[in-house]
Amino acid sequence: MPMDAHEIETMIKAALPDATIEIKDLAGDGNHYAATVTSSAFKGKSRVQQHQMVYGALQGRMGGVLHALALTTVASDNS
Amino acid sequence: MTDAHQVIDNEVKSSDVVLFMKGTPQFPMCGFSGQVVQILNYIGVPYKGVNVLEDETVRQGIKEYSNWPTIPQLYVKGEFIGGCDITREMFQAGELQQLFTDKGIPVGQNA
Repeated sequence: MPMDAHEIETMIKAALPDATIEIKDLAGDGNHYAATVTSSAFKGKSRVQQHQMVYGALQGRMGGVLHALALTTVASDNS
Repeated sequence: MTDAHQVIDNEVKSSDVVLFMKGTPQFPMCGFSGQVVQILNYIGVPYKGVNVLEDETVRQGIKEYSNWPTIPQLYVKGEFIGGCDITREMFQAGELQQLFTDKGIPVGQNA
């Protein structure tokens, strides 16, 4: 069952309130997304930790209902 | 559950570079696994592929082992490096090749 882009954005925002989130629906099927998430919360964290924070925000949907989310995380300076 | 953790831990440490993937390096069964295979082949680093589709315990267990929800997962000297996105980002930045060199793992001349 697909997730819509707005739902993904809302969940990430809830966990990372200062995040800037860009989501692209890659295939137009509501099932293959690419997201770029920029947040000051990523500062000083490894890439693995940054991605784990986003996966955590999605509360288990990643790898489940959300099959494909190509993720890029960026640590911003404004804190 | 403890058994799965032990089995996975043994696999992770069985080789310098281990890729948990869907399918095999010769026949990847998923585009994301296939991308990491291509990167590792391009760099020319020896690695062991573990096909999670052959063992449901490993398929689920590996996600808990690393607190990472998706497959593929790349491990170097027992350390979780990342999935497809991070591996690709590191490769494009030249960091993956550097990591192998820093860890004393020989890479091919393409790197």
